[in-house]
Amino acid sequence: MKVLVAIKRVVDYNVRVQVKPDGSGVAIDGVKMSVNPFCEIAVEEAMRLKEAGKATEVVVVTIGVEKAQDQLRSALAMGADRAIHVTTDAQMQPLGVARVLQKLVDEEQPGLVLMGKQAIDDDCSQTGQMLAAILGWPQATFAGKLEIDGDKATVAREVDAGLETLNVDLPAVVTTDLRLNEPRYIKIPDIMKAKKKPLDKRPLDELGVDLGPQLTTTKVAPPAQRQPGKKVADVAELVSELKERGLV
Amino acid sequence: MPVYRAPVRDHVFVINELIQFEKYAEALGYEDGDADTIAAVFEEAGRLADEVFFPINQSGDEEGCKLDNHVVTVPTGFAEAYKTYCEGGWAGLTADPNYGGQGMPQVLGVMVEEMFTAANHSLFLYMHLTHSAAHAMHGWASQELKDTYLEKLVSGEWTGTMNLTEPHAGTDLGMIRTKAEPNGDGTYSIEGTKIFITAGEHEMAENIVHLVLAKLPGAPEGTKGISLFVVPKFLPTEAGEPGERNQVFCQSIEHKMGIKGSATCVLNYDGAKGWLIGSENNGLRAMFTMMNSARLAVGLEGSGKAEIAYQNGVAYATDRIQGRAATGPVNSNKPADPIIVHADVRRMLMTQRAFSEGARALAGEIALNLDITFKSQDAEAKQVADDFVQLMTPVAKAFFTDEGFNAANATVQIFGGHGYIGEHGVEQYVRDCRISQLYEGTNGIQSMDLAGRKLSINGGRAVKTYLATADALLALHGEDAEMADFVKPMLPALESLKQATQWIMDNRAANPQNTGAAAVDYCRLFGIVALGLQWVKMARVCIDTLAAGTDEADFYQNKLVVARYYMARSLAEHSGLLERIETGADPIMALAAEAF
Repeated sequence: MKVLVAIKRVVDYNVRVQVKPDGSGVAIDGVKMSVNPFCEIAVEEAMRLKEAGKATEVVVVTIGVEKAQDQLRSALAMGADRAIHVTTDAQMQPLGVARVLQKLVDEEQPGLVLMGKQAIDDDCSQTGQMLAAILGWPQATFAGKLEIDGDKATVAREVDAGLETLNVDLPAVVTTDLRLNEPRYIKIPDIMKAKKKPLDKRPLDELGVDLGPQLTTTKVAPPAQRQPGKKVADVAELVSELKERGLV
Repeated sequence: MPVYRAPVRDHVFVINELIQFEKYAEALGYEDGDADTIAAVFEEAGRLADEVFFPINQSGDEEGCKLDNHVVTVPTGFAEAYKTYCEGGWAGLTADPNYGGQGMPQVLGVMVEEMFTAANHSLFLYMHLTHSAAHAMHGWASQELKDTYLEKLVSGEWTGTMNLTEPHAGTDLGMIRTKAEPNGDGTYSIEGTKIFITAGEHEMAENIVHLVLAKLPGAPEGTKGISLFVVPKFLPTEAGEPGERNQVFCQSIEHKMGIKGSATCVLNYDGAKGWLIGSENNGLRAMFTMMNSARLAVGLEGSGKAEIAYQNGVAYATDRIQGRAATGPVNSNKPADPIIVHADVRRMLMTQRAFSEGARALAGEIALNLDITFKSQDAEAKQVADDFVQLMTPVAKAFFTDEGFNAANATVQIFGGHGYIGEHGVEQYVRDCRISQLYEGTNGIQSMDLAGRKLSINGGRAVKTYLATADALLALHGEDAEMADFVKPMLPALESLKQATQWIMDNRAANPQNTGAAAVDYCRLFGIVALGLQWVKMARVCIDTLAAGTDEADFYQNKLVVARYYMARSLAEHSGLLERIETGADPIMALAAEAF
C-alpha cells in the first residue's frame, strides 16, 4: 500500500508572531519556519506503517514556495521515500489544497492519505475533510490511534466526549491528532540520504487545477490589549460598576 | 523555570555566512559540507539540545549521582538521553567513516558541542570524553586496538575516559606513581589510583574504555617516562563484546560544587589488564592529542554557558517588573516597568550577548582551521592553520570560560536575590561553569602556555602571523567609511596586543617571573582583541547583506548594534590590561614569602 502524506510549511510553533502594521496578515519575513507539528505526526505515522510492513511506499507532498522544500527534505530525512513539491507563491486555502491533492491522488493512487488535523497558522482544520468529500472516500479525522488490517483501517478519534472508534474502508483520508505518536529525532546519516531522494517539482499552474472560490482576508488584528482591573470596595459598588459598563 | 533554545540561526550565520564553509568543503574533501546540510544538522542538533538535553539539566543537578558498591547511578533521564544521542549518530559526527563515523567537518562537530553543553553540561561530559578518547586512539593506537575499540566508541556503545590526575599529581604529571608491569604476553598489569575521572563509572553504556597514564618499570623520571594504556572496564572477548570484569573499580565519587550530574570518580587499578597505546614513554604526546580537542570543548562550555545565562537573563528582565524607567513609565497600565528598561540591566545583557556571539564566531574560525589541519593537501596552509589552532586553544579555553563564568554570575545579578535561590535554576550555571576554569589545565596554566610556550615556539611564528593577519584585516576595511565604527576602535586595541606581546618577548629573559606575572592579563587581552576582530568580520557580513537586501533585516541590524556595543565597551579594557602587563613581576613578587 502506498501512503501519501500531505505536509504544510508553517511559522515555527516557538515563534511569537506579530501582526503586520497594515493589518494585511502576520509578518513572516525572516521568521523561522517548520513542518506543521500535526503534519510531522502524520509523517511519523506513515513511517511506522512502513516499518510494520503495512505500507510499501511513503510519498510526501507539499504545496508552497520554493523554500518549502526544506520541510520536504526534513520529511525525507524522517524516512519518506520521495517527495512532490507543488510550487507556487500563491496563498493557498483549504479547498484549493484539497483540489490539488485530489489531482495528485488520481496520479499516485495511494491506499491511504495521511495529513495533520489542522495547521497551526490558520487553524482551519478543513483540508482533510474536503479532500475526502471530493474524492468520495471515507474519512477518519483527529486520529489518536490508527490500525491497518488488510483493506480496512480502525481509527480511534479524539472527540469531546472521549475516544470514538471508527472502522473505515481503504482508501481513506485520515487526519492526525497530537497524541497519535511522538515524531522521531532525525539521524545524521538520514539527513545525507534525504539529499539524494527524489523530489519532484510540479509548478501549480501546470497541474491544471481550478482552485475554486477563494476567501478574501479583509483585516488581521491582534487581540485587544487587556485593560487594567479595578478594585471595588463592596458588592454594591461591583453591581453599579457592572451596570455602568452595560455588563448586567 | 529556566529556559534554553539553541541559537541555531546564529550558528548558521557563523558557518554559512561568516566563514562560508561551502567554499572550503570540496577542497577539504567534505562532500556533505554544503550550506543546506550544515543548516539541517544545526537544526536537528538544536532540537536535541532543546528537547532532550535541557529538560533534565536542572533535575540532574538536584538529583546528582549515587555510588553503591562500585556502581554509579546517573540522574533520571540521562541514560535515555544518551541513547537518543547515540542513535542519532551524534557520537560519531566527525569520526572516521571507516569506523562507523559520519565524517562530518569540525565546523559542525565543534559548533554543536556548544549547544549540547549549554543545554546540559553534566550530561554532555559523558559524550565529550568518549569523543576525546576515540580521537586519541585514532591517532596513536595500533591497528589491532583500533579494530577492537574504535567502532564501539564512535557509536557510543562504549564510553571513554581520560585518566591523568592522581592525588599528589595534577598539573605536574611527571610525579605520577601508577605502575604498568609487563605481563609477558604483550599486555600490562596496571596498579595505582586515579582521581577526578569524569564519567569513570556508570551503567549508561555496556563498557567503559579508560585511557590511563602510567609508568613502566625503570622508566625515566618526570614526563619523559610516562606511557599511555587502554584499560577497559570489561575485557573484550574474541568477538569484541564485553567479557570478564577487569580489576578497575570506582572507589568513591566526589561531592562537588557543580556538574553534579557528572560522575567524578576515584578509580582504583588493582592489577587491571591494559594495552600500550603508541610507543613506550611517549604517553604524554598521545594524551595531548586528546587534550587539545578537549580544551577547545571546555572553552565552548564557557561560551555555551554565556548563551544560556543570557537567555535566562533576558527572560527574567522582560518579565520581572520593578521600579520605573529613568525616562518615565513604559508600562503605564502596570504598577512597574520590566527591569530590562534599566541601563545597568542592559549593560549586563549586552556584555553577555556581545561575548557569546563573538566567541561563537571565533570558535567557528578555530574549527575551520582544525578542518584545514586535518584535511588540507596544502602543506603551507596546514601549517598556518595548525599554528592558529595551537595559539588560540589556550585563549578559547581560558578566556571563554572566564567570560562564561562572568556571564553566569551576571544573570544571578539580574535575578537579584531570586538568582541565589536554587529553584530559579540560574545559580547552577555559576556552579557548573566554575569547573571549566579549572579542569583540562587551569586557566592560569592555559595563560602560561600562551604567554610562555606559544610565544616562543618556532620563534613566535604563530603570533607574528596572527598579528600580521589582523593588520591586513583592518587595513582592508579601513578604507570603507561604513566600517569606520568597527575598524577605528580596533586599531589601538590591536596596538596594545602587539605591545604586550613584544614586552613579554623582551622581558622574559631579564626576570623569569615576568611571563607568569603577565600571563593571565595577556591571555585576556588576547581574547578581547580576538573577539574584536571577529566583530569586524561580522560587521562586514551584516553591512553587505543589508546592502544586498534581505528579509531578515532585523537580524543583521541587531548584530551591528551589538558589534558597536563590543567596540564601545568590551574592547575598552585593552589599555588597562597592557598597563598592568608592563609593570612586570616586581610588584607581585616584592613581598617576602614569609610575610604572607
